[in-house]
Amino acid sequence: MKVELKDIHKRFGPIQANDGITLSIEPGTLHGLLGENGAGKSTLMKVLSGFLSPDRGEIRLDNKTIRFDSPAEAVALGVGMLHQDPLDFPALRVIDNFLLGSPREFLLDRKYHQTRLAELANRFGFRLDPEARVSELSIGERQQLEIVRLLALGVNVLILDEPTTAISTQQRESLFRALSQLTEEGKTVIFVSHKLDEVKSLCSKVTVLAHGRVTGEAAMDCPTKELVKMMFGQVLTVGKRCEVRLGEPILELQNLSLSDWRLEVKDLSLKVQAGEVVGLAGLEGSGQQLVLRACAGLLRPSAGRIWIAHRDMTGRPYQDFIEASIGYMPAARLEEGLIAGMTLAEHIALTERGPSLFIDWTMAVERASQRIREFNIKGQPTTFVGNLSGGNQQRTLLSLLPSQPKLLLMEHPTRGLDMESMEYIWRLLQALTQQGTAILFISSDPEELLERSDRIAIFFGGKVRMMDTCGASLFDLGESIGGKGFE
Amino acid sequence: MIWGNRLEEKALNKEFIRRIIPLQIAAILLALSLSAVILTILSISPIDAFSLILSGAFGSPAKLAYVLTAWAPLLLCSAGLLVTFAAGLWNIGIEGQVVMGAVFATGLMRILQDSLPPSAVLLLAALAGLLGGALWGMLVGGLRRYGSVNEIFGGLGLNFIAGSLTVYLILGPWKRPGIGSTSGTEPFPPSLWLPGFKDFQASPIEMILGLIAIASVAIALRDTHFGLRLRAVGMNMKAAFLKGVPVDQDLFLAFGLCGALAGLAGWVLIVGTSARHNLYPLISSGYGYLAILVVLLANLKPFWSVPISFSFAAISMGSLQLPLQRQLDSSLGGVIQGMLVLSVLVINGIRSRWLRHEG
Amino acid sequence: MDLPILIGSILAASPPILFAVLGETITEKAGVINLSLDGSLLLTAMVGFVVALHMDSVIAGFLAGMVVGSLIAFILAFVSMTLYQPQVATGFVLTLLCRDLAYVFGKAYAHIPGPQVSHAAIPGFSDLPLIGPILFDQNPLVYLSLMAVILVWFFFFKTQPGLLLQGLGERPAAAYVRGVDVTAMRYLYTLIGGAIVGLGGASFSLMVKPGWARPYGIEGTGWIALAIVIFGGWHPIRAAVGALLFNALQTAANLLQSVMPDVPTQLFSTLPFPVMILTLLLVTIGNADWTKRVLNRLPEGMRRFLIRTLKALQTSPPASLGTIFKKE
Repeated sequence: MKVELKDIHKRFGPIQANDGITLSIEPGTLHGLLGENGAGKSTLMKVLSGFLSPDRGEIRLDNKTIRFDSPAEAVALGVGMLHQDPLDFPALRVIDNFLLGSPREFLLDRKYHQTRLAELANRFGFRLDPEARVSELSIGERQQLEIVRLLALGVNVLILDEPTTAISTQQRESLFRALSQLTEEGKTVIFVSHKLDEVKSLCSKVTVLAHGRVTGEAAMDCPTKELVKMMFGQVLTVGKRCEVRLGEPILELQNLSLSDWRLEVKDLSLKVQAGEVVGLAGLEGSGQQLVLRACAGLLRPSAGRIWIAHRDMTGRPYQDFIEASIGYMPAARLEEGLIAGMTLAEHIALTERGPSLFIDWTMAVERASQRIREFNIKGQPTTFVGNLSGGNQQRTLLSLLPSQPKLLLMEHPTRGLDMESMEYIWRLLQALTQQGTAILFISSDPEELLERSDRIAIFFGGKVRMMDTCGASLFDLGESIGGKGFE
Repeated sequence: MIWGNRLEEKALNKEFIRRIIPLQIAAILLALSLSAVILTILSISPIDAFSLILSGAFGSPAKLAYVLTAWAPLLLCSAGLLVTFAAGLWNIGIEGQVVMGAVFATGLMRILQDSLPPSAVLLLAALAGLLGGALWGMLVGGLRRYGSVNEIFGGLGLNFIAGSLTVYLILGPWKRPGIGSTSGTEPFPPSLWLPGFKDFQASPIEMILGLIAIASVAIALRDTHFGLRLRAVGMNMKAAFLKGVPVDQDLFLAFGLCGALAGLAGWVLIVGTSARHNLYPLISSGYGYLAILVVLLANLKPFWSVPISFSFAAISMGSLQLPLQRQLDSSLGGVIQGMLVLSVLVINGIRSRWLRHEG
Repeated sequence: MDLPILIGSILAASPPILFAVLGETITEKAGVINLSLDGSLLLTAMVGFVVALHMDSVIAGFLAGMVVGSLIAFILAFVSMTLYQPQVATGFVLTLLCRDLAYVFGKAYAHIPGPQVSHAAIPGFSDLPLIGPILFDQNPLVYLSLMAVILVWFFFFKTQPGLLLQGLGERPAAAYVRGVDVTAMRYLYTLIGGAIVGLGGASFSLMVKPGWARPYGIEGTGWIALAIVIFGGWHPIRAAVGALLFNALQTAANLLQSVMPDVPTQLFSTLPFPVMILTLLLVTIGNADWTKRVLNRLPEGMRRFLIRTLKALQTSPPASLGTIFKKE
């Protein structure tokens, strides 16, 4: 099936996620879609798979203009999407996931469909136990199940959104074999990724997006350098932080192993010294957040030890970490960071600890005004935080961090801020490092990582590689985030 | 002390008067018309029924005294629930907490009534009531924390257990001389009643306690660190935890505090001026559940729960006249109260769903 | 009393609670909590009786109970899913409101004799030794309620719509991708669940406790039913077993009472409630973090046994129970 997208526009509030994207994909090909986090890939694919309707623009399948109002309609017309976290039912069995919503029969003939499932799975070399609960499967197996299910529904265009973030090498190989096989059968596969090597080895053609626009298109055998240029633009930032005087070790990770339901980080050792800034890079969900949360005491490591300022903090409650003078800033502003229904002054009073029973509102208001000035927040001490704009919420979040922490752990500290505020925030943070604060921060902005960190820990599917920023270029970083050096 | 939130509150109050009040009035009208429809179905004139309720509540000083007597425990329970609701908890176990307050108070008075002066006994009984309710409340909290039993079900189960404990005590160890009956324990002598007026059987002590409770809770929630933390937990537990709030401990305290106030209400139900002055089955009389409706209707605002609990007390007491004067069940009061809360939910929903972009 | 008759009497008392538990299981399986059960049962019991009395037809009574049950469910669905008001608050208000409505409307019908469903022995089977009196000499509602359990089980696990229903409660976003109109289907199952609860209410007043009174004597049963749904792990057969166990417990309490006349009656009638807390503790305690820590300290054999027992008892709700689905 031939897929054409014409002049797709999609805006979320102030953000123009897709800004006139035109794209054409030949039937029976494996087409790569490259771009950084936030380049607009996900939005575009959600438009193509019926999750979002574009503000403007046209979708054509086999030269016919199509409109879908739901993902189910898209599937009916032959476009199916495999999500990064498969949209399946973990509590149900494999066979039920396969059947749910698909045959329009009242009584389920599980025996018959089990053979269908087995046949399809075998054709691609997938091994799926129909009786297993999906919650017991690995992400890779869940993807296989979704692919088989979508194919059984007659999907002709298969979109895969970052499918290799959390799967094993073997599963990846088996996935790639299956994808090649699909194209041989005449299906169209769109492979959304930021991993250069994978795109290079797999796809016949690639489209690069940046800032909601198409910044390049190339047939494969295009050199990596060219691709990186299309992704990051011509100006290649180079890491500048070379002369930093570092103090004693603040954070020490010894052979740390962490895992959640989809990912494992194994045997990580890292030492961060006073005054040092370490950036955590990689596609979202490659393990950065696990490490950061473990350092904050929010995730118990399965093995290894965490030392903060020479104290063994392994397995201690979060409260102890706070007392050990860490500051943690979560990414989800209104879910985890702030309390929408409370004012700035109330937030200040909330973080305050002391023996007094009553809140000293005069002081809280005063300190709130002080932070408002310091962090340039557009609001009053008595403004509800939920009523602030996104950027101002971000600044509020920063303003609420402890004033002189030993260790700052931040997820996307400057997301949603303009250049000027970003500069301002980093000046404040750098002032802290000069007084001996160590900073660990996650960012998906490679320039920020390069410019602000002394070292970068690059995460790739749970593996970690350290990189010195001094003299390193955006190109080096881009390649590493894309998986170079992890094999 | 300066109220840090004054400015915002002023703005909010303006907003409240301009936009919320008309909607609340609409909700009240909706509830009254629905109740009128029900009465019409029962072929009873709504005007007649409403005026019966009104005269039943305010028709004579004695009747008003009854309303005030019902108001006091309702105020105390509402005060307690303001705490748990602020923390985002559904303390349905409040009924049992009232009962346990009454049980503890009765127990203490039975032990000490002959050995200490009455005022000391009353005071100690009040403390016992506080303690009984608090323990029962913390039991709900404990079941939630350590047994992952949802507070709604833990609380309900404990309500029924408190009920059967009462029955056991009345018919067993505390039975009246002679034959035990479910009508209750031996009444306490008038020296152990809260002082009232000669023709006005309501004690100012009860009401003052209730109002003090509401005021203290209002201040505690707004101006103490504990109250602020509780509200934070109620609005966003995850963020509160990340800000270093000791969530488990605070929730436990909230249950304890609410239970204590409910237990005090139980004490009032024993020693209050027009109480029956003994322990009997179902002594909580649904005050706890009614207070849940009060606090929901007040939208968790302490100030508004004062007039609302007063009108609910009036409706409840006033409708007791209905079966006496007309062939009508006294639960009509409950119907009106339930309709009020449901109407407010509906009107709020309509406002946030369809009227948001207006004005 | 001999055992077959005992079991027979447990079964005879079971239809109301079986229906209530089944109805709520369906509703919650779709991801909606209908907390109004206690009031719904009372109101539908009253309405069922009154309508049956007026129309002199028990069938009409049952139908009326079902209509009222789904009407209550509709209010809950509308206020929570269309108006986005908190589901638990709405359910709680409806509980009290329906109870009071039942008392107000039922006043004129208290202590009046009325129609009731009569026994229907199945000829040829009821004389069988042992199982004859248990299974085949019962009220038709007993047959119906037991059949309903099997039917719901069959619907949940053997049919496509049943699978979709499970999807609704587990992960509405994924159900939406599979072409399900989440809100409409949740409405549907809330209404169906409410109707079945109404059937339960009517089978109180037309069979188990014929007539109407205030108090009617079943106050609190709805809350027990809600707890049994949790105990039953949202599985119709396990929930039915829970309901029958509960009835057995009540019967046992009555028996104990005749053995121990000194202990007050009221005490026995409240016995189920502590048991309710205990069973809830049993099915949820495996989820608590301290349980694992305590278990780890126990000797190996005992630990394994306890872990296996807790695992078998442990239930977990539909993953999105009580949440409202909004599309992107």
